[in-house]
Amino acid sequence: MIQLVFYVFATVLVASAAMVISARNPVHSVLFLILGFFNAAGLFLVAGAEFLAMILVIVYVGAVAVLFLFVVMMLDIDFTKMREGLQRYAPFGAAVGCVLFAELVMAGLHWVTSPAVPAPITGGLGEPGGPMTNTAALGTLIYTHYILLFQLCGLILLVAMIGAITLTLREKPTGRRQRIDRQHGRMREDTLEMLDLPLGNGTTANGGFLRPPGSYYDTAVPGSYGIPSSDSGEGEAK
Amino acid sequence: MAHFFFDTVIGHVILIVLEALAVLVPLLIAVAYLTLMERKVMAAMQLRRGPNVNGIFGLLQAFADAIKMITKETIIPSGANRFLFLFAPFLTFSLAMVAWAVVPTGNGLAVANINVGILYLLAISSLGVYGILIAGWASNSKYAFLGGLRSAAQMVSYEVSIGLVIVSVLLAVGSLNLNDIILAQRHIWFCVPMFPMFIVFFISALAETNRAPFDLPEGESELVAGFFVEYSSLSFGLFFLGEYANMILMSGMVSILFLGGWLPPLGIAPFTWIPGPLWLIAKIIFCLFVFIWTRATFPRYRYDQLMRLGWKVFLPVSLLWMIATAGFLLATGLLPQGVS
Repeated sequence: MIQLVFYVFATVLVASAAMVISARNPVHSVLFLILGFFNAAGLFLVAGAEFLAMILVIVYVGAVAVLFLFVVMMLDIDFTKMREGLQRYAPFGAAVGCVLFAELVMAGLHWVTSPAVPAPITGGLGEPGGPMTNTAALGTLIYTHYILLFQLCGLILLVAMIGAITLTLREKPTGRRQRIDRQHGRMREDTLEMLDLPLGNGTTANGGFLRPPGSYYDTAVPGSYGIPSSDSGEGEAK
Repeated sequence: MAHFFFDTVIGHVILIVLEALAVLVPLLIAVAYLTLMERKVMAAMQLRRGPNVNGIFGLLQAFADAIKMITKETIIPSGANRFLFLFAPFLTFSLAMVAWAVVPTGNGLAVANINVGILYLLAISSLGVYGILIAGWASNSKYAFLGGLRSAAQMVSYEVSIGLVIVSVLLAVGSLNLNDIILAQRHIWFCVPMFPMFIVFFISALAETNRAPFDLPEGESELVAGFFVEYSSLSFGLFFLGEYANMILMSGMVSILFLGGWLPPLGIAPFTWIPGPLWLIAKIIFCLFVFIWTRATFPRYRYDQLMRLGWKVFLPVSLLWMIATAGFLLATGLLPQGVS
């Protein structure tokens, strides 16, 4: 029974992986990739690694593939151009694939474990303390035995993230970013002036403004909507 | 006799089907009456009467709506991707249903009392975005597409804070099993010591279910109806049912994580007479009421405010709270050991 389930998951996984690279529409490719992730999660479940299965679904299907789909959906792809590319790059791709496959086969055939290597740390799965759930075993393994490596992985990801942000973040000269503290700090006196005018007189007749002069430049974000940035100071209304 | 029957393979399958029906039938009825409850509660808050023609107090209104929706014509836009267009509402609806398999309604009383129950719920709720994203893309319509994109960004952002809040709760529980999470609240519900996280989780749940004030994927005023603008008839009905079932699911998660699930408020006589499932239902109804109350009260967020709240407020706050919880538990020696 469990073997049947395994073969169902494995077959669908391989089939959907093949469809990822052969589907014409890139959005369909990503959807097949998601199907593949699901079946991999199913295989983890069959193997009894329910924690890994759930994490696979949460991280890869729930977050990574969503962003992937997000980007692919917005691409404007010319399919005829892609076909031309296929003709040109197919030999290169095939060559790279063959080399990788040959390397894998060589590595697999000559895989020797030295007898001097200590037994792998299992996180207490086989220890007499009683059966552990694989969540607890994985936790012990990652956060106790391999904490340094784990933290280093996190640091690498952090560096990658900071790199991506610095590459894409541009401080626009006409930024319209909302500054909430500035909005909250604005008092009534800064924005409103109550005038008591005799009938027929304009507001400017006795030097009054609807807003006190200069207050607009204090409260608005410098650089937005044609307001000169604060350092130039040429727009001060005196 | 009954035992003999249910021990065979066929009997086992029948038993599972019966268990699923025992959860899904009340759930679908609850969804039907949730729509009525929403209309009635909002009507009361806006000094109106709400539906009151079909049946006494409008009790048949939900069924009248359902019949109207089913008898409408299904329209598939000519430029749409046919399969994905019809697949999206089914996905949304079925995801909202399968999540209920792990929700315990009494002590150990769940269709599947699995070890990683809370992760299962998180996984299912994070998949909900696909229904919306696929619907937006397959409709081949600008408004639907924009709604789908908004929804994807919104749900991914708020999942981060939901995940961190769940981690804080799990630190205090020491197990990923939903039943253990409820049992850990025997003495005090987590909404008391973790009140800020309760609020963060609730607001994130609003964003995750695309409810007001975070219903930007729908955005009637600028996106017509957002991702389901091209849908009609039964396919629209499935989205509708899915959204409301997700609301109930999120209320269930709030009840389980912070309001003690099926536990009575106090473990003494008059409270313990009422069975656990009724307590869970009462808590879910309370959360749903707050969902509706929020919708009737707050105007819709602007998109940049939504992102700011998720990434610049909730993420740091829940991260800090998680570290503080871990530190507190470690310092006081209350860290649960070896429960799993």
